[in-house]
Amino acid sequence: MSAIIELSGISKQFPGVRALDNVEFSVEPGETHALMGENGAGKSTLIKVMTGALQPDGGTIRLAGKEIRPESPGAARAAGIGAVYQEVNLIPTMSVTKNLTLGRLPRKFGLIDWSAARAIAKAKLARLGVDIDVERPVGSYSVAIQQLIAIARALEDDARVLVLDEPTASLDANETERLFEIIRDLKARGLGIVFISHFIDQVYRISDRITVLRNGRRVAVGTVEEIPSLKLVSLMIGRELEHVEHQRPSTETVTSSKPILTAKSVGRRRLLEPFELDLRPGEVVGLAGLLGSGRTETAKLVFGAIRHDSGEIAIDGHPSSSHSPKSSLMAGITFCPEDRKSEGIVPELSVRENIILALQSKRGWLHLLSRKEQERLTAEMIAALNIATPDAEKPVGQLSGGNQQKVLLARSLVSNPRVLILDEPTRGIDVGAHAEIVTLIRQLAAKGMALLVASSELDELLTVSHRIEVMRDRRMVGEISGAEATREKIIQTIAAAS
Amino acid sequence: MSTPTPGTPASPKPAAEQAQPSALKALLRHRLVWPILALVLVLIVDAIISPGFFQIRIVQGRLFGNLIDILYRGMPPAMIALGMAVVISTKGIDLSVGSIIAVTGAVMAWRIHEGDSHYVILLTALCVGLACGLWNGFLVSVLEIQPIIATLILMVSGRGIGLMINLLYGGTNPSFTSPLLQGLSTGNLGLVPTRLVVGAVMIVLVWLLVRRTAFGLFLESVGGNAKSAWLSGVSSRLILLSAYLISGLMTAVAAIILTADTHTSDPVTSGLYSELDAILAVVIGGGSLAGGRIYLDGTIIGVLVIQALTTSILTSGLPPEYNLVVKAVVVLIVLLLQSANTRAAVVSLLARRKG
Repeated sequence: MSAIIELSGISKQFPGVRALDNVEFSVEPGETHALMGENGAGKSTLIKVMTGALQPDGGTIRLAGKEIRPESPGAARAAGIGAVYQEVNLIPTMSVTKNLTLGRLPRKFGLIDWSAARAIAKAKLARLGVDIDVERPVGSYSVAIQQLIAIARALEDDARVLVLDEPTASLDANETERLFEIIRDLKARGLGIVFISHFIDQVYRISDRITVLRNGRRVAVGTVEEIPSLKLVSLMIGRELEHVEHQRPSTETVTSSKPILTAKSVGRRRLLEPFELDLRPGEVVGLAGLLGSGRTETAKLVFGAIRHDSGEIAIDGHPSSSHSPKSSLMAGITFCPEDRKSEGIVPELSVRENIILALQSKRGWLHLLSRKEQERLTAEMIAALNIATPDAEKPVGQLSGGNQQKVLLARSLVSNPRVLILDEPTRGIDVGAHAEIVTLIRQLAAKGMALLVASSELDELLTVSHRIEVMRDRRMVGEISGAEATREKIIQTIAAAS
Repeated sequence: MSTPTPGTPASPKPAAEQAQPSALKALLRHRLVWPILALVLVLIVDAIISPGFFQIRIVQGRLFGNLIDILYRGMPPAMIALGMAVVISTKGIDLSVGSIIAVTGAVMAWRIHEGDSHYVILLTALCVGLACGLWNGFLVSVLEIQPIIATLILMVSGRGIGLMINLLYGGTNPSFTSPLLQGLSTGNLGLVPTRLVVGAVMIVLVWLLVRRTAFGLFLESVGGNAKSAWLSGVSSRLILLSAYLISGLMTAVAAIILTADTHTSDPVTSGLYSELDAILAVVIGGGSLAGGRIYLDGTIIGVLVIQALTTSILTSGLPPEYNLVVKAVVVLIVLLLQSANTRAAVVSLLARRKG
């Protein structure tokens, strides 16, 4: 069978980095081809070359046997290559119709023919089995529906290739299943699908073949049977994965010590039911629950980023009267938010400035850390957390996601906290960094820090937690101690509560 | 509609760019290169069209010459622009600076008329600037009104308030004399105009505050990502409020110099369009209206570019009617040179020529 799209000998050089080095990649009609690699392996660059967002320095792209050189995403789409990215590229305030027909609105007597436009929008969605009110603004729909609208927009009538870049990152299990059905349906119609995801189990559920990139080179290609998951992971990170999973931390060391932070029936109306929580030195408390169960809110409330309107938070036994990020920081409590981009990093500021920010605000504006001190602390953190950056003055916005996450951790750690609150510390980062962060959490606890870790990944929680608090519908529904915690037990606890 | 374009081998351009020695590129990428280049260019044109432009003489015990004149006239705009740079670094903008000049000037003339001590008036003027800054800062940081709208309120009402203050004692554009204030504005200390000394002191104070305390880091973190700064323990509200207070205070300094210079309170025209020159100076100096960075050196150079331009148009003998248009054209060129796209094009053009 001949490939529907075939990239051969693709190279792309960026200043200082060879992003792609003579890469081969092809997709056959009716095939889902997963493109795997760590952050910085060259996945995004390859996708951008394929969709015309970047011009390659060398190599050819053939679409159904004919050589093409897409100059822009628009040209690529017109040629039959559609792409949907993780961050949905729709205009949230505009209607579904406008989003789907923008740029090629049907006209009648020189005026826009809105009823024809609506029909086009409906037809585009119908191909994906979606039936929604096309007059409502896109922003009023859930992320899952928005994703489907974005796919509908990417698919021209004669589309032959669809690129899906982390399409499931913000979808729950049901929504993911629905997306997979649509992918299977598109496959059946002969489209070639390029699938990028860091959820390895999803890759195996939906893909036929896998191409693995590392440092801009293709290191492997094969069917899913030829590349089992353990091999895949070691291909991606270039070394054998040490088996960190499910080595439970021992529990006996910590239960006796006095808590640093105590939450007594703390809650906030319409947001979070009152809950009890103790954070003890040397102990990792996990927050488990489904999307929207209140994990993030709990973490933020404990930190003071959300004000509680009932109950009391005490630090070292003293009630904290005005609990805020600033007061928490002063008491030695730091927080790494889930949403790196909007709440975490300050993108224009350098790695150094981002790392010292919390420590500096703890010291106050008058006591500026000397430049030498700043550089020393930054160098220490870059070495300790293995942050990949050419130098400490690089704007953080230019680092990869995993390294941004490490910079955030460094910002917390450099202020020498007693309590560290982590919300989704490993979201969207690559396998290598993931393992490093898990190891780090354990080391910190072993040194006597109290940690609160909210995560949607149960395996991660099981690996690090001494105790897991289970959330459901904005309520803490159960506590499972480390020894007896299993995946099944957590799921049962979520299911049993009602 | 889906005809694939026939392919050609990839161009070797990036390889050539790679081979280029990086010293020139590094220099071209330095953020101060274009503003300084613009300033040098304006001065070179001056040297060509009016011989003796660079002459500095000592007349009646004080320095005289076009270069001194540029600094002299550039001092009040520099004060305003520095305050503006602080506000812009927080992702804000202060449109009310022109009106703050009007209000401050009106209060000064009124209190002089009432017979206050001129030292008290000096303090009063600074307090008026701070009060205006407090108002703006309150709207922006506490009520969370968008800065452009929040400061528009004082921009519109300020000149009216100035006129009303004039009415308090029946004066229309009342004139006054004050040895102290006029000494600060138009006098000289030894050879040097006093206002240049005042300006230098203020510049050093702002620089100390921004670069020798953590205030600069907090400003930039609030401007770059306010939520993140807040979660890192930075009191975003207080930082925002301080930014507008500083803008108000710096504008009051400019207002004292300008009002003492004209000997009168003229709320309708004093400081007119000064907000635009200040914003322009910040932008020429490399600042972005999206916030997140503050460049004091760039801002000062920006002020000098604008002032040098104005002075050279006046000395060139070009009819003053051309002033604004020529200024606009030159500013456009500077901004074009600064845009990342044009810059990349220039850099690659140079690289190609060399390689």
